[in-house]
Amino acid sequence: MDALDRRIINALQREFPVCERPFDVAAQQLDTSESELITRIRCMLDDGLLTRFGPLFNAENMGGALSLCAMQVPEKRFEEVAKQVNALAEVAHNYQRTHRMNMWFVLATETAEALQNAIRQIESVTGLTVFDMPKVDEFYVGLYLEV
Amino acid sequence: MPSTEKSESSEDLDRRIVLATQRGLPLDAKPYQWLGQELGVPQELVMERINTMLGDGRIRRIGTVPNHYRLGYVANGMSVWDIPDNLIQEVGQQVGHLEMVSHCYHRARHLPDWPYNLFAMVHGQTQAEVHDKVDHIAQLLGDRNRQHDVLFSTRILKKSGLRIGA
Repeated sequence: MDALDRRIINALQREFPVCERPFDVAAQQLDTSESELITRIRCMLDDGLLTRFGPLFNAENMGGALSLCAMQVPEKRFEEVAKQVNALAEVAHNYQRTHRMNMWFVLATETAEALQNAIRQIESVTGLTVFDMPKVDEFYVGLYLEV
Repeated sequence: MPSTEKSESSEDLDRRIVLATQRGLPLDAKPYQWLGQELGVPQELVMERINTMLGDGRIRRIGTVPNHYRLGYVANGMSVWDIPDNLIQEVGQQVGHLEMVSHCYHRARHLPDWPYNLFAMVHGQTQAEVHDKVDHIAQLLGDRNRQHDVLFSTRILKKSGLRIGA
């Protein structure tokens, strides 16, 4: 990663133009060429420095339902419960965290009803309580990381 | 334009645009034209619908998503705060706008197991750095914060990304 890669990551975390030749427009502000910018983005994606380039969707505004859920899983059952939870397609991601609430997962479904069904299913399969922590309000979502 | 496309609703077209860009924007000099060809609509219409979705928040933004682990931000703490309900808006706005915070949400608490109602992701290169940043937030909040904690992820158990159905 060199200085141009850094400038690209920093600038394009903020915005990318919507016009006929957006890479050309963005490249001018980054003091590079359209083709160089495209090549750099492709290389950083291939290399894993970028996980994505494109529109970032807001799942809830798309009409789907989304919630963050947590469970207190007994240590000796952790692997088994992880397997049971991950088996549901509605579980988008799942993390082990350092807390008494040690399993944290995001449920994503097309409807609010499907989300409640998924929670009931997890509770019934695991015998554990699911703490549903839906978003009440969003103050800021920015993934800006200066590099 | 073929007659079948005239009858397509904006909603259906938006859904097709979302599906076509779920893996990202084409790395082509004219990405919107490329999408238009793929979807069988003029690029002007693709750009118009994308601008509409940017305007109403269905698309947060277009751009790069850096892999924060690869960039050295290996410590990512989920800081959680117990804020009096009548102060949650004021405190949420303040915490959300801090440079060190990437996501900031008001979430439902679950007493007595879970007293926290404000979640803020704090990124750092080490856990010590994250703890320092969390301490800094605690100082800013003073007695508007009743208690707080920070949770670090120790393992990714599943990561499939969000997908909408086709």
